[in-house]
Parts: sequence; structure tokens; C-alpha cells
Amino acid sequence: MENLVQTAMQNVNFAAIMPSLVLSCFGMALLLLNAFVKRGTTTYASLISLAALGATAIVSYAGWNNPQFGFAGQVALDNYAVFFHFIFLLAAALTILMSDAYLKREGYPVGEYYTLILFSTVGAMLMASGTDLMTIFLGLEVMSVALYVLAGFFRGQLRSNEAGLKYFLLGAFSTGFLLYGIALIYGVTGTTNVADIGTYLAMNHQLLADPMCIGGMLLLATGFLFKIAVVPFHMWTPDVYEGAPTPITAFMSAGPKAAAFAAFMRVFLIGLGTLHSSWVGLLWVLAVLTMVVGNFIALRQTNLKRMLAYSSIAHAGYALVGLVASNAIGVSAVLFYMVAYTLMNLGAFAILVLAGKVGEDNLTLEGFSGFGYKRPVLAVLMCICLFSLMGIPPSAGFTGKFYIFAGALNAGYVWLAVLGVLNSAVSLYYYLRVMVYMYFRTPEEEFDWVQLKPGATMCAVISVVGVLLLGIVPSAVMALARQALF
Amino acid sequence: MSEHILSLMTFLPLLGMLIVLMLPRENGGLLKIATLVVTLITFIISLPLAFDPVFKTSAAMHYTEFVPWISVGDYFQMNYSIGIDGISLWLVMLTTFIMPITVLSTWNAVDKNVKGFMALMLLLETAMLGAFVSLDLFLFYIFWELMLIPMYFMIGIWGGANRIYAAIKFFIYTAVGSLLMLVAIIFLYYYAVQTGAVINGFSITDFYNLSLNPELQKWLFLAFAFSFAIKVPMFPVHTWLPDAHTEAPTAGSVILAAVMLKMGTYGYLRFAMPLFPDALQQFLPWLAALSVIGIIYGALVAMMQKDVKKLVAYSSVSHLGFVMLGLFALNSIGVSGAILQMVNHGISTGALFLIVGFLYERRHTRLISEFGGLSKQMPVFAVIFMIVTLSSIGLPALNGFVGEFMILLGAFESELRWFAVFATSGVILAAVYMLWMFQRVMFGKLDNPKNQNLKDLSVREVCVMLPLLLFIFWIGVYPNTFLEKMEPAVNQALNQITAEAQAAPCSDDSAHINCPQSGDSDAAGNYHEQDGSGYHH
Repeated sequence: MENLVQTAMQNVNFAAIMPSLVLSCFGMALLLLNAFVKRGTTTYASLISLAALGATAIVSYAGWNNPQFGFAGQVALDNYAVFFHFIFLLAAALTILMSDAYLKREGYPVGEYYTLILFSTVGAMLMASGTDLMTIFLGLEVMSVALYVLAGFFRGQLRSNEAGLKYFLLGAFSTGFLLYGIALIYGVTGTTNVADIGTYLAMNHQLLADPMCIGGMLLLATGFLFKIAVVPFHMWTPDVYEGAPTPITAFMSAGPKAAAFAAFMRVFLIGLGTLHSSWVGLLWVLAVLTMVVGNFIALRQTNLKRMLAYSSIAHAGYALVGLVASNAIGVSAVLFYMVAYTLMNLGAFAILVLAGKVGEDNLTLEGFSGFGYKRPVLAVLMCICLFSLMGIPPSAGFTGKFYIFAGALNAGYVWLAVLGVLNSAVSLYYYLRVMVYMYFRTPEEEFDWVQLKPGATMCAVISVVGVLLLGIVPSAVMALARQALF
Repeated sequence: MSEHILSLMTFLPLLGMLIVLMLPRENGGLLKIATLVVTLITFIISLPLAFDPVFKTSAAMHYTEFVPWISVGDYFQMNYSIGIDGISLWLVMLTTFIMPITVLSTWNAVDKNVKGFMALMLLLETAMLGAFVSLDLFLFYIFWELMLIPMYFMIGIWGGANRIYAAIKFFIYTAVGSLLMLVAIIFLYYYAVQTGAVINGFSITDFYNLSLNPELQKWLFLAFAFSFAIKVPMFPVHTWLPDAHTEAPTAGSVILAAVMLKMGTYGYLRFAMPLFPDALQQFLPWLAALSVIGIIYGALVAMMQKDVKKLVAYSSVSHLGFVMLGLFALNSIGVSGAILQMVNHGISTGALFLIVGFLYERRHTRLISEFGGLSKQMPVFAVIFMIVTLSSIGLPALNGFVGEFMILLGAFESELRWFAVFATSGVILAAVYMLWMFQRVMFGKLDNPKNQNLKDLSVREVCVMLPLLLFIFWIGVYPNTFLEKMEPAVNQALNQITAEAQAAPCSDDSAHINCPQSGDSDAAGNYHEQDGSGYHH
């Protein structure tokens, strides 16, 4: 017995989970602190959270080019994980920046909100670090449970309740699929370690056509694709995105989505890489479907949060194109695209947070009539984010799409690239329409309720600067994404 | 300094935009003066290019700058690579020349949100100049797409009643084409990499040397040609143009007509044709047919317009058809004529849009039936309008004549002889619609009381028109200033395009034009022979 414990401890290597550990400690400390602080002030919590994210970033960076493995190969802090950690930390930081004033305006200045964001980030980080299906599952649950609460955080609002409940029920259902998939794969290969699954399948080719193996793969894919909101597992997205508090919507569309991508790619490229020919065709179809459905339904939306929800479905489709390509360019393109998407989407959401009235009933196309004349600076920031979402240069959205389609074309997926750009063309219309209302309509409102709250404004400015930098001098981040491949 | 002249010229307007954005928004006059100064300085910076004799003898790229830009290991590499030859030289000059004039024309026309308008004008200038000087396809694409943004807002914010529809249509039409081109560009790059060709980034000159099989060329050519055809615009993808032109504010229409449409024809000459010569040969009859349909269709529709601005817009479709026909003639005289006609169209149609703008500022209508007999009330205006009209029709001794004559001559001497026959009718139709419109607007009785108090052109307005008139006469009387500098570059481009056809025997009548194997100097010599034999005497 003692011997066993000793062997286990030798395998532990806390360095591999240090980022999650640090952030969890901060989260719990903050939770405790909340109990001692008078209700109604949350600024301290957002500052502590930002500090926590900064500290975690430093700890995580220690793993760059210095990979750490721990817990008998269940967790890895390799370049791939570190790159994704930075995406989650960026998304969380930007979300927290825009939250402070928002919570006060909506009447829920509660410190636990920040704790939950931190825990959700911990889960996301575990997913990216997980090299074992169990760790990935653990990360997914930590991340999701925190998100279920956050989506329903405005307990007095029906819409928010609906979002939380819907997300929870469907999320729990999809987690069931994932778990069942893990069980089947374990049944076939006798291991839950991603790398071992890969080796085992590579050595036992007769298993590749085994219905249990294929079934397990499909169920795993279902679980991940639900979190990424790929068609046909996207149904929850619009309602949840519309009902959840706006900063949480922004966070969900960037952080957790990237986390699901991180785990999905690791499992499917390493663990189920030998099954590539079985899943690549499926993903090809789903990528196209996702782009088409996301973009075409977005055309009809008048509520901006809902429109951005459908647009985020479409963007997941673009990112899938990189995974279908399955080559080094394509996969690193997905990593780069996640950074780009985080920046441009959170930038756009920050503007929505600033422009909203209490209750946010005015976040419609009509509600933005003449916004460009009354709030010129905010409108320009919004335009830059929208042009980036369209993929018009020079912006992160353009370089990201370029990278993705470069991967697809390098791998020979010409038609997928053509369908991708045609979908981009469709998306032009609904993004342009926002600008039509902002600039081409006469103002009906004075927009005098819009105040330049420092946090949200900073969030918008940081995002836009990032979008432009990644559009004009993307080399450095592209190179990092290249080095981050496993 | 002089080695960075192109960068300086390209990015100065961008710097100007930042300055304009910092000026107070209430002071419209200051904003306009600042913009005018920036565009004038840009013009002055670009002026030495036009006087550089190097273009007379050398077909190579000059004033080149090269800085590695994006480099991601073995994934891809893009460079900031710019330079001009005798072809892009005149389009660059046209751009820097037309911009101050356009700014000056907005003095009274734009009074709403001046700051935004001026900032967009300057951004647009950077994008247009950048597209003309780019020697890296990726860089070109960035500027090409960037151009859409300012024009979208110019049409949408300062445009006419139907501006939202026109702005979105303009944006989506152009973007759809360019997105397909983007796929083709990336595909071309990886094809080059995978076949082991030596390429430095997305360098066009390196791409010229690729040997692509005809089947591949066909698809890539279609992607490029479609994108540029929308921009030109060629029939049947021209439908965005009348809407955009009609709804755009005068300054927008002038830039759109004078410079942005040239982006499409330039794209054919610089990219689509030399990159995929085999595919070009294959599609040549179809493209020529579309050009001729554009010429005749544009002219016929122009004839029936009630709105002066729409008439000018459709006349652009017709004129650009001539330019395309000249390019497809694939001989020195046709292509030179086409490039000259690009400049001519920029000047004449730009001037026409300015004239329409003058009318609109005075009467707030553009319907032909609202006017009549203006020549009595506005004599100076009448003279200028007359000259511009005649230049657009192609009266000898004015610029339009030289370009159209060379294009038709080139087409007659090429395989497109029968297309040229039909195209010639476009010249006659142009005379019909322009003169008829002129007659209805300027002559007859001054019976509409609203027209009886119209003021003649102000000094500022005459100043706007004078530089254009200068070039209308200059190109008409002595086009050699322009032709001699584009000649080596045109011959080299033709070498590139017809390289495949080199081996084929040349028929006698086209021997001195169509056969590029005679080399640069020889071709240049032939050119002068043409020159002597008659078109400007």
C-alpha cells in the first residue's frame, strides 16, 4: 500500500496543474472574501479576479517550451495547453472588464459572479491540459457547471432563468453522450489515456471498423460538438446566448468554445487519429452545415445578441474547416482563429454592454439607429469588430480566415474553402446591416444613457487594438500558434 | 527619400486621415482645407514619377521597395513588395491627380458630417494607391478589399434616396468576387510551393513564371476574371454600377468612375491575363463578346435614361467595354490604347460627374426634362460641358478619340476583327446619347422658371474643371507623353501573355504588332512606326 502511494506521488508533478491550482486557490479565496464584504460592491472582486488571471498567466507561461506532464500522464502543460490557457485567460479578463458596470446597472452586484467565471476558466484550462478522457471530462464539468449558474445568474429575469435551465438540461444530456462515448472507447481499447488510445488503435487495425469503436467516436464527437455548438447540436445556443447576461454570452462564445475545440482536437487528432478517414468526412459535412445554417439564420435576426449567437455558430463552422484540413497549417490556424475570434467577438459584446439600457430591450437593429452620430467613437470600434467578423482586411478576422483557408487549400479541400468564402459573403449582409442602422438611419434617440464605463470601454479598446494588430502584423501570434502544435 | 517615394505617397493620406480625425468636427472649412492640402502634397510627391524618363526605356518595376512582412515558417510568407512600371504609373498619377480635384468639388456639396467624409476620402486614396503599387498578391488583396469600406460609407451616408440598397449591393457584389479570388490566390501559392517553384511570398513576378496546366489555369482564371469583371464592370455583372453611381455623392461617383473601375481593368492586365495565358486564349472570344455586348448595351440603356447621372453611369459600362476590348486585342496598340483610355475615361467621366454635380447643387434634381436652354444662362458652364461631352464621345483632337481609335485599330488588327466592327457602332451610339442629352439640357428654350436664375460656374468650380480640361486637350493633341512611357511595360506584359502563342506563325498583317518574339526594342520601334502612320496627325 505504501509502495503504491509512493509510486503515485512520484507521478504527480504539480507543475503540470499549477495554473489550474493557482486560479482555483484565488477563486476559493475570493469566494470566502465575498462572505465578509458588504453586498453591493463588486469592484474589489473584479480587480482580484484580474490579478488572479494575471498570476495564472505567469504560472502557465512557465510551461511554454518547457512541457510538464503529471498524474501518470493525465495532465500536460505543453505549448498547446499554454496557448489555449492564454486564450481562456484573455477571454475571462475581457469578460470581467466589461462586467463590473453591467452588474451594477442590471442590479446584481454579487461577488460570486467573478468566482464562477474563475472556476469556469479553471475547467477550460483543465480541458486544454487534459491528456486523459477522464481529466477532460472533469474539466468539462467544472467549466459547464459554473456556466450553467452564470447563464441563469439574473434570477429575477425569466429569460435568464430559461437560459440557465435550458443550458443545464441540454448540457447534462450531451455530457451523458460524452461519458457513454468514453465508456465505449475504454471498452474497446482498455484505456482512457488519449495517447495510449492512439497507440492501441494504431496497432490493432481490425478495431477501426468495430461498431463499438465507431460508436464511441461518434458519441464523443457529439459531446464535444454540442459544446462547440456545431449544427445540428446548436439548438440551445440562440436562446442561451440571448438570455444569459451579456458578458457571460461573450465569454461563452469565446472561452468555453475554444476549450471544447482544444479537447476535441487533442482527442481526435491524437487519440482517434487513426480513425481520421471515418470522421473527416462527417466533419466536412458538419462544417459546411454549420456555416450555412449559422449564416442564413443570422440574416433574419433583429436582436443583436441573437444575431451574434448565430454568427458564433457560423464562426465555429469556419474553425472546423481547419480541423477538417487536419494538417499542421489547419490546426495551428484553428488556434490562431480562436484568438482572433475572442478579440473581435468580445469587442463587439463590450459595445453592446455599453449601449444597453437596463433590461437590454434596446439591443436590436432599430435600437441602434443613428448610433454612429451620437456615439461616434463607440460606433467606430463596433465597425472595426464587425468588419473583422466579416473577414475584411486588415483585421484579425481576415488573417484568421486566411490562415484557415490556407490550411484547407494546402490539404486539397478546394470545395470546402470555396463554400467557406461563399458563406463569408452571405455573412456580409447581416454585419453590414448593423452599420446601416448605425450610420445610414437618422437617430431617434439621444443615447444619453450610454456612459463610457472604464472597464467595458477598456475591454472594447483592447479588443479593437488586438484585432488591428493581428490584422496588420499577425506574424508573431501566427508563429506562436505554429509552435503550439502538439 | 526617392527610394521610398511610393510608400510615402501611399501612406501619406492615411496619416492625413489621422490628422483630420483629430481636428474639431464643427470646423468644416478647416477639415476641407486640411484634406485638400494632404491630397495636394500626395500629388506633388507623386509628380516626379511622371517625369522620370526611365519608363521610356525600361519595362521593369521601378521605385521598388521590399520588406518581409508576414512570415510563418514554412506555412506562408508575405512581403511588403511595391513598385510601378509604365502601366501602373499612369493609374497612380490619375489617382493622385483626381483626388485634390474631388476634394475641391466637395466644398459646397458636403456639409453633413464633413469630418467623416474627409477621413474616408483619405483612407480611400491610400487603399487605391496601395492596390496599384502592390507587387505581392496578398498585399494587393488587402488594399483591394480595404477600398470597399470607405466607398460603402460614402454611398450609404452621403448618398441619395436609395442609398442603402446601393451601398449594400456595391459591397456584396465586389466582395463576393474577391472572396473567390482569395481562394484562387491561396491555391496558386500552394500549387507553386508543392511543385517546388521558386517563389518569394506572393510575388506576382514569380507567379508569372509558373507553368500551370491549362485545366488548372481555366479555374483560376475564372476566379480572377470574375472578380475583376465585377469591378470593371463587364456585362452581365454590371448591375451594381448604375445604382452605386446614381446614389453616391458627386465625389464618390467621381472616384468610383475615375479610379475604382480601373482597378478591374488593371487587374486583368496585371494579374488575370499574364498569370493564365492559356486560359485567356480559351476564353478570349467569350470575353470579347461580353465586352462588345457591354459597349452596345451600355450605350443603348444610356440613351433611354431620364436622369443625367444614370446616363453617365451607363456610358461608363459602354466605355469600359472599349477598354476591355483593347486589352483583349492582345497587341501593343490595342493594350496601349486601353491603358490610355483608362486614363481618358477617368478624366472625361470624372468631369462629367462633376458637371452633373454642379447641376444638382443648383437645382437638386438630375432629370433631363427639368433642364433646357441652360447655355444662355450659364455660358462658361456650357463651354466646359461641351468640351467634356465631345471628349467623352471621342472627337478628334480630344483625349477620347486617341484611346478609342487605338483600341479599335488594335482590335481590327487582331483576331477580334468582327468584334471591332460591332464595337464601332458604340462610338456612334455614344455620340447619339451624349449629344442628345447635351441638346436637351443646354439648348432649346429656357422655359423652366427655376432655371432662369441659375448662376454660372464660380471661380472654384472653374478651377476644379481646368486641370481636367488641360489633360483632355493634352492627351488629345500629344498622347505620346503618355504612350512612350507605357510602351516598354506594355510590350513586356504582352510577351508574358502571348508567350504561349510565340511558337505559332504570325500572319503578315499583324506581324509587326502581334509577335512578341521580336523583343522589346524591336517592338518599341514598331510602335513608333504606328505612331508615324497616323493616328495623331
